[in-house]
Amino acid sequence: MNTFVPGRSWLHLLPASAKLAGLTAAMVAVLLVDSPAGIAAAGGVTVLLYVSAGLAYALPAQVRPLRWLVVGLVALQALTAGWTAAVTVTGRLVVAVVLAGLITLTTRVVDLLDVFERVLRPLRRVGVDSERVALVLALAIRAVPVVAGLAVEVRDAQRARGPRGSVRAYAVPLVVRTLRHADALGEALVARGLDDPPPVRGR
Amino acid sequence: MIEVRDVTHGFAERDVIRSVSVTLTEPRVGIIGANGSGKSTFARLFNGLVIPRDGEVLVDGLSTRTDAAAVRRTVGFVFTDPDAQIVMPTVAEDVAFGLRRRRLGAEDTRRRVFAALSAVGLEIFADHPAHLLSGGQKQLLALCSVLVTEPRVLVCDEPTTLLDLRNTRRVLEILRGLPQQVVLVTHDLDSVADYDRVLVFDEGALVADGPPAAAVGHYRALIG
Repeated sequence: MNTFVPGRSWLHLLPASAKLAGLTAAMVAVLLVDSPAGIAAAGGVTVLLYVSAGLAYALPAQVRPLRWLVVGLVALQALTAGWTAAVTVTGRLVVAVVLAGLITLTTRVVDLLDVFERVLRPLRRVGVDSERVALVLALAIRAVPVVAGLAVEVRDAQRARGPRGSVRAYAVPLVVRTLRHADALGEALVARGLDDPPPVRGR
Repeated sequence: MIEVRDVTHGFAERDVIRSVSVTLTEPRVGIIGANGSGKSTFARLFNGLVIPRDGEVLVDGLSTRTDAAAVRRTVGFVFTDPDAQIVMPTVAEDVAFGLRRRRLGAEDTRRRVFAALSAVGLEIFADHPAHLLSGGQKQLLALCSVLVTEPRVLVCDEPTTLLDLRNTRRVLEILRGLPQQVVLVTHDLDSVADYDRVLVFDEGALVADGPPAAAVGHYRALIG
């Protein structure tokens, strides 16, 4: 899970809205690439972007989680559509994920949320609470390490009670603890005034 | 000032708070009692997390039933488990989250966040992923995220239960130095020894209320 890495590169200094617009344009461009040479060029540009942001060291960590997906996708595509399609389709996916990772590495989540909130603001007319949608995104990002931590604790507890485990014995306590966490988080959000209208004057 | 007027509250058939009336004006108030005695539910009355079935709770004259939003801006709440209080991925972002609804400028927000982090010694972790902090640091972050909103009253529900001795001392030391009125729910009887007033709960009833030595003595006698 990516979190913001502080820095002073041009990508760090670029407004979040410009970065998201650029990412959207880059995604469309990558989708339009239909040859291995084009994918190689897109990959090269992506590497240059990481280098220019001073984040070349973070690149392997972006690709590593995709390795099994890449293997499976390449095999499936090679069997059904040939090697050219396999390289092109898989390359598009890898470049898109790594580019998105660069945005989260160079942008604070609060800045991303501000952009989402601004973009969604016109939808208020049809009842969409843009602040709440932005908060849900933040909570989803925050939930990943929390649930991963709970999963490790449940697995350790299971191991401590014996070497044999079952999916049910693992899943039930994990779901129960996740729901308890969600309940406690909800209470904490209420305590922090999430549901309250903004004060008339800031203190 | 917190006024609890003849409050009774319960879940299903069981009353967890029974006919409690008390006015808290002291800067430091401790609440002690056995597990299930009702002390945490009682503390949750103060910022409207729990609305009493009968009776009324007033904070600075504001009712938790009818002025809940204003009461929550007055009363900050720190829970036992810091993981359940941290909302944002990084330390500074989580502290800033509490200020989002204030519509402050970016510079004002940054200044307030840094000042709050410095007050608890977490400024060097500002851009650190919150989930990688130690348990003690997470609790300090939770405390900081509440304090940045400048509540007038701070209610802490067993904030040191999951902490080691060093972090427990650090949290208690910070609470001791705050200008706010602090209400501390705890099992650690030593932590309220220098408080102005201690309330003892047993089976939903307020059974002792007074200076720490007398109240703690009553509690020790109660649990044998």
